[in-house]
Amino acid sequence: MNKPVDSHLPLSDARRLTQRVHFERDGTVSVATGKVDLGQGISTALAQIAAEELGVELARVRILPSSTAYSPDEGVTSGSLSIQDGGKGLRKACAELRALLAKSGKASYWELEVAGEIPAEAPEKSPAEYGIVGTSVPRLELPAKIAGKPSYVHDLVLPGMLHARVLRPPRPFAKLLSMPDHPGLVRNGSFAAVIAEREEDAIEAAKKLAAKAVWSDGPPRPQDIYDWMKAHVAETKIQKESVNAEAKARGTKHFKAQYHKPFICHASIGPSCAIARKRGDTLEVWSHTQGIFGLRQEIAMVLRMPEERVVVHHAEGAGCYGHNGADDVALDAALIALHTKGQPVRLQWTREDEFAWEPYGPAMAVALEAHLDATGHIVSWRHELWSNGHTHRPGRSQKPVLLAAGEIAEPFERAPAIDPPLPSGGGQRNAVPGYEFPDLLVTQHWVREAPVHGSSLRSLGAFGNIFGIESFMDELAQAAKADPLEFRLRHLKDPRGRAVLEEAVRHANWKKTEGRGRGIAYARYKNIGAYCAVVAEVDATGAEPRVTRLVAAVDVGVAVNPDGVANQIEGGCVQATSWALKEAWRPGALTWEDYPILRFSEAPPVEVHIVKSTQPSLGAGECTMGPTVAAIANALHDALGVRVRKLPLTAENIADA
Amino acid sequence: MLELSVNGEKKKTAAHRDTPLLYVLRNDFGLAGSRFGCGSGQCGACFVLVDGRPLASCDLPIWSVEGKQITTVEGLGGNGELHPVQKALIAEQAAQCGYCMSGIAVAAAALLEHNKSPSEQEIRHALDKHLCRCGSHNRVVRAVKKASEQARR
Repeated sequence: MNKPVDSHLPLSDARRLTQRVHFERDGTVSVATGKVDLGQGISTALAQIAAEELGVELARVRILPSSTAYSPDEGVTSGSLSIQDGGKGLRKACAELRALLAKSGKASYWELEVAGEIPAEAPEKSPAEYGIVGTSVPRLELPAKIAGKPSYVHDLVLPGMLHARVLRPPRPFAKLLSMPDHPGLVRNGSFAAVIAEREEDAIEAAKKLAAKAVWSDGPPRPQDIYDWMKAHVAETKIQKESVNAEAKARGTKHFKAQYHKPFICHASIGPSCAIARKRGDTLEVWSHTQGIFGLRQEIAMVLRMPEERVVVHHAEGAGCYGHNGADDVALDAALIALHTKGQPVRLQWTREDEFAWEPYGPAMAVALEAHLDATGHIVSWRHELWSNGHTHRPGRSQKPVLLAAGEIAEPFERAPAIDPPLPSGGGQRNAVPGYEFPDLLVTQHWVREAPVHGSSLRSLGAFGNIFGIESFMDELAQAAKADPLEFRLRHLKDPRGRAVLEEAVRHANWKKTEGRGRGIAYARYKNIGAYCAVVAEVDATGAEPRVTRLVAAVDVGVAVNPDGVANQIEGGCVQATSWALKEAWRPGALTWEDYPILRFSEAPPVEVHIVKSTQPSLGAGECTMGPTVAAIANALHDALGVRVRKLPLTAENIADA
Repeated sequence: MLELSVNGEKKKTAAHRDTPLLYVLRNDFGLAGSRFGCGSGQCGACFVLVDGRPLASCDLPIWSVEGKQITTVEGLGGNGELHPVQKALIAEQAAQCGYCMSGIAVAAAALLEHNKSPSEQEIRHALDKHLCRCGSHNRVVRAVKKASEQARR
């Protein structure tokens, strides 16, 4: 099942210094990076790293938009690895250049002839020498966005550009039986779209055609996805085994519980969009993809073109929080562009397209089992999980993964979603607990068949696994009549983990009030990334539970941009609150009324405490997701005395618990 | 030809009178600051001011705004300046992807127009039609509060 994708290793094909850094005639420095801005502000942080190691003013540094035409291949911008990996390669290149400049005797970089390789070891600055890294530099691209300037792929205008809309069936895997002819209609098997000079005309034509299209029935969807997954396991894999029968035998009490995480939508505010242009025998695509090279590979495969004749340029989109419709819409646009006389085509997915066709964060079932000994210690732990793969990104397989690949006249068999191996993992991310349990077994059941299209959603399996582990830890603490903090510390050796837990609880300074509950939760993301503990306060007196306060403590090593880290942590906490309280995708959900998310009046205040550290930087974007949901579930239990093991934590699921 | 008044300028469009204002702003007038989010007024990304009232431009036919004053995020501050709300949003770094912020800036500016010192609750209530997926809500509320305080000084 698991194709070896070493996503924890630094991925870059940049070998030469000139692939990374150019000193321009106007006195600026252009920096090429394979990592892209997804609204997380990574371009500012990478500019800080470059300015720091080069020893030039930040204002001189320009981060080039990524393109397969000239950027280093650094894989996908995902997994909170842009600072850890993307920053690493850039730091080395810049440190080497600083050394070269010193040796050359030249007055400035702009007199230096840059040549040579990026060495494996470069004379990098130590954190104590940092002047730009570690400061809260304001985001470089933000003023333009706030002013309403063109900032996203959606806003690009190319000469002679046409507008398109796609036409997809009412349910997945249905075939197009008939569609009336219409000016601008593009058909390729069951893939259909309509092009017009004016955007509103494309919208109207698509509405008309959709009403008249006839589709075959798709296969029925499972009634209960959790039962269905358990009946459709393709492969079972032990992820961690350190069995200790002697320790287990010390157990005096035995506990079991199951936790369920539904399909969750990325639900970007801007539906996916792409522009494609055919020029002779080449094709150019502008996309908000997280991986320009993987997308290029897949477009070339599906269009049956040589890869070198496809160019993918990155342009920002709305925040994506993982793998949304960005890549699918890019392939759609590429297919449509082949039917033009060479005019660029801008394809905007509708809100309904995005809700119906984006690859959701997969559903998960997690079954946990533990034994407590007479002293209140966990001596044995079992973690079993069922899920589809959490990675369905283009460019990782010999077969395509994108929607239209299975819809065209000569369709491809699509590759299933997969899980990279631990320590990063996919569905099994954070399935191995960070606590010390003498007897431990972690088992993953991979479900190949996917009745619902899924792929990476911010934190992947960590969200469901940590929800299970940290809820169960609370249940066990209660059984052991222990304080939830003290019980966790009892089983946690890692001093950095202990520190964030204590920090969060100290700052929360919580006092019991009627109708309100408090919960805590902790995890080290991927067991190798950022440390995060969250204290949640929940008001359970209304019709639906409300989160009234969150306190997060994190250790991300050196925070390159502390305010950027705080922004990611706050945002992650609020988004995880929305997932926890409200979100579960259901067939037929097409609008914000069908899929409500947290609103301004519901967003809890979030306090962020960043532990000072000189350790290597760790990505901050995803570490809060699991701890936040579990802290909320634990707070809800504290308030109501009811343990809700099925997400979301709605009145309906509380009543069923 | 239909004539619209946008950010104090008269502009002509050949679009059909039923065309939603959003597409005319973006594609005919080159004002891309109003973003497409849902097409049905549910998310707030495309909000503009029509005679001072914040409205979704994605389902507002242009015939209905003929003869009215339309203000988009690009014209919010007037004279090519940023509105105090926009300045505060930048000062507070109150965004991640920023896609929803044009609509939010427009709605917040409208709020401050008739309520010089809104409470936190009033700000949240005024922005409740606006979805933000990055979770920047608290920073936005702080920024609007700050803008209102600076305006009163």
